[in-house]
Amino acid sequence: MLSGAGGPGEVRLAVPGPTGTPPPAAAPVIPLQGRNRADRAYQISLTALALALPLLLVVLVGELATNARPAIERFGWRFLWTSVWDPVAEVYGAAPMIFGTLASSLLALLLAVPLALGVAIFLTEFAPRWVRQPVAFLVELLAAIPSVVYGLWGIFVLIPFLRSAVVPPLKATLGWTPFLEGVFYGNSLLAGGVILAIMIVPYIAAVSREVLLAVPASQREAALGLGATRWEAVWTAVLPYGRAGIIGAIMLGLGRALGETMAVTMVIGNRHDIGISVLQPAYTMAAAIANEFSEATTSLYLSALFEVGLILFVVTVVVNALARLLVWRVARGAALGSRAL
Amino acid sequence: MSVRARVFRRRVRSMVLTGVVAGLCALAVLPLLFILGDLVAKGASSIDWSFFTRNPAPAGESGGGVANAIVGTGIIVGLACLIGLPIGIGAGIYLAEYGSGRLGWIVRFVADVMNGTPSIVVGIFAWTFIVKPVGRFSALAGGVALAILMLPMIARTTEEMVRLVPHSLREAALALGYPRWRTSLTVIVRTALSGIVTGCLVAVARIAGETAPLLFTALGNLNFSTSLTQPMQTLSLQIYVYATGPFDEWHRLAWAAALVLMGLVLVIALLARWVTRQRYGAS
Repeated sequence: MLSGAGGPGEVRLAVPGPTGTPPPAAAPVIPLQGRNRADRAYQISLTALALALPLLLVVLVGELATNARPAIERFGWRFLWTSVWDPVAEVYGAAPMIFGTLASSLLALLLAVPLALGVAIFLTEFAPRWVRQPVAFLVELLAAIPSVVYGLWGIFVLIPFLRSAVVPPLKATLGWTPFLEGVFYGNSLLAGGVILAIMIVPYIAAVSREVLLAVPASQREAALGLGATRWEAVWTAVLPYGRAGIIGAIMLGLGRALGETMAVTMVIGNRHDIGISVLQPAYTMAAAIANEFSEATTSLYLSALFEVGLILFVVTVVVNALARLLVWRVARGAALGSRAL
Repeated sequence: MSVRARVFRRRVRSMVLTGVVAGLCALAVLPLLFILGDLVAKGASSIDWSFFTRNPAPAGESGGGVANAIVGTGIIVGLACLIGLPIGIGAGIYLAEYGSGRLGWIVRFVADVMNGTPSIVVGIFAWTFIVKPVGRFSALAGGVALAILMLPMIARTTEEMVRLVPHSLREAALALGYPRWRTSLTVIVRTALSGIVTGCLVAVARIAGETAPLLFTALGNLNFSTSLTQPMQTLSLQIYVYATGPFDEWHRLAWAAALVLMGLVLVIALLARWVTRQRYGAS
């Protein structure tokens, strides 16, 4: 009856005999042991709930891999760098989507990083106190806007705006570069990149703000004490201290951008092409799944889409894992530093 | 003289760059104001009582509402909470109370990694897991997909909130003879409750607008349906279909539906902030 009631780590008042014989002193111990058992039940049920997460991840990867296997076996590594996507001939190569995903995400980072770092630096270092909370809340609200609403806004507001106010001057000044070749019809890499940039600003800003807040005040004070201006203190002391964390924040933004689906699908044009011009339509991995999954009639077609999903998943997991490690490193270092003071 | 000039130049540079940073910050907030403004400008005029009470009109006809989508959003989000909240909160309490070992590290890391999983991948996973074996799209599959998305968020915020509870409370409860589980549930978790509720509300606000995981699970439905085993419409799916469709009438309804969805999300987000404010007021 009592066997298994206590584990090796449990604090017990009565030591049980070998192989489950009841302890000699029964009367005062029984209620305590009852409690012990409840404690164990509590711990076990919580552990079971927590185990659901790793289990889910394993099942998810397993399901994706099993479903992607026919395509993996059929095309091998060619899948990654060939660009023919022909459901009729049953030949699939994902290079255009991989290129489009990377290109739109990098374009988004190019636009979002200065903005997000501007938000983080301004709010932690320069803004008057009464500005900080409201502005931080507004930036966070950007993250609350559903992706499909961004897509709607992109179609009916952003694209017309780009067409009338952004692309003509861009073409006039930089039209000779290969990046701005061709006619701008609307749905394009540029539209996808801009909408992604707006969407990832709040993520990068929030994490870099936390990182900058974790930089000990002594760093700033030391720089100011040596006669640095406020900007010089930020540039030479605060930012280098938080560098790894800020890189982590940017990578978190990249992870978001890579996997973003709806808004990009609605504005990027969805064309299987590799082109260097940002004015032309492109495709992303997430958009391909969203568009073609329900049309996939053959099992190989479906399997190719699962392989696209698997690639997307692996890439975002790697990017996110690296980002987390970087952010954790800074956060932990900062905690140690402030405790030392 | 030259020293003074250099100091002056550095001061000016500092001020100019501060201005640049402030400008970048303003530029980052600008899209939010434009999006909210456009939602109201283009959506508000289409919203009236019948918009909430009627179902969509057949393609090409004018009028119609989003009653089915509003009810569907509620049902699917409710289903996701029913599945996701107990597991997520339990995992969060585990991480805070027992999560110092290797298993805790793994669970924490997995939660953080899953937090960045593309939602479309979760969608096709739910398709293979539920839709494919059962043989048809269902609201249940949509709820499961959204539950998977909210799990890691809830686990991590719950952990953080439980960790904030001062150690002295636990010691006091244990000293009074409370067993560990009762200390944990009725003292520690209860103290952190408003924070946990805030975390859950934030997660709900985020999944309420999700579309990608529902494309191949809940699918969408032009008719009013409350059956969990049938396809179901949500506001997000309806906006997607209407926005990418060819009719002006659909575009008008898409803006109106987007305004409703945005309002819903904002109300939940503000509610989350309000709950936390109460907590700070109490302590």
